[in-house]
Amino acid sequence: MAARIVQEFTKGLWKEIAPLRFALGICSALAVSTRVDNALGLGIAVVFVTCMSNVLISLVRNLVPDKVRIAVFISIIATAVVIVELVMQAYFYPLFLVLGIWIPLIVVNCIVLGRAEAFARKNPVALSLADGLGMGLGFTLSLLVIASIREVLGSGSWLGIAVLPDGYPGFGFLLRPPGAFVIFGVLLAAMNVVSKRLEKR
Amino acid sequence: MQDYLLLIIAAMFVNNIVLILFLGNCPLVGVTSSMESAFGMGAAVVFVTTLAGTACWIVQRFALEPLALEYLQTLVFILIIASLVQFVEIVLQKVAPPLYRTLGIFLPLITTNCMVFGAAILSIKRDYTFLQTLVFCLAAAVGFALVLVFMAGLRERMEVSGRIPAALQGVPITMITAGMMGLSFAGLLGMAH
Repeated sequence: MAARIVQEFTKGLWKEIAPLRFALGICSALAVSTRVDNALGLGIAVVFVTCMSNVLISLVRNLVPDKVRIAVFISIIATAVVIVELVMQAYFYPLFLVLGIWIPLIVVNCIVLGRAEAFARKNPVALSLADGLGMGLGFTLSLLVIASIREVLGSGSWLGIAVLPDGYPGFGFLLRPPGAFVIFGVLLAAMNVVSKRLEKR
Repeated sequence: MQDYLLLIIAAMFVNNIVLILFLGNCPLVGVTSSMESAFGMGAAVVFVTTLAGTACWIVQRFALEPLALEYLQTLVFILIIASLVQFVEIVLQKVAPPLYRTLGIFLPLITTNCMVFGAAILSIKRDYTFLQTLVFCLAAAVGFALVLVFMAGLRERMEVSGRIPAALQGVPITMITAGMMGLSFAGLLGMAH
């Protein structure tokens, strides 16, 4: 059982890392990745939502009729998101303002409903929690990678600390929306190459 | 009148909901491999977004705000959208079977399309009037459909050309193309904000 839990947890971090492998949840991943601190904030919020929704859905999995399951799942997910929204508004107000509509939009993040549908409704609570935690952290990890590239090359800093020399002009294109698409495409291509190399070994 | 024209141009092109605001990127990858599905999805989204956006606006102004229940916005909106999609599906099936056959398979997917939800929330955030909400949702959704159709056309061509390197095939090249398309849309920035 313990081995199974570890396996369900770690698959979300590399083998099935949602944004980079399946292009799931990329809307918010691209939108908030202009700075590392914003990416981290949204990542933590998503981890909480995936964990909570997976656990609750796994708990009610035998009570919900198949036909109305999507509506039930969506209500559970929305409840988790409302909790995150209220907590953020109360304790992390500046972050709440910066992330704006992306906090309520966690409801329609494909990863959350995807895990509910593909995993939590068929598996016991402990496994679902491990799966939710892994998938949420995988999302956070992808976000951090994209945000690091964009912040370092775009504004010459990482987490607000200057890392490139003072005269660095900043590659502004990466901070704009089109830059996000391009950098994400390049990242996916790089990931394809690396995975293929690893498979060959 | 001019205000509405500017609103339309801003929502459709300058602040394109897919390429600039990053809403509805999943279908951009998922249904653009053929022209036909891009068109079907686009049409279904135009229909649902306009309906859902205005319905959410009415509920927000006449139910949530008078009762001071704004914090339930997320929960209520997503339920409105989910039930509306279900409702549209049933009505179409009964009233217009040919239309249902084209749009049918895309309708369930729309519930979790962040574009519908995003347009509804943005209309509230920006304090639009009812008419502005209607125009904004319609224009934004048409902008979405436009990008989907453009992308499907480009992808079909790329597939035929057979010159895309193996590592870039599929999602990566779609993303890079979206970036290029976004650049050209952003070029209209001088026209409206």
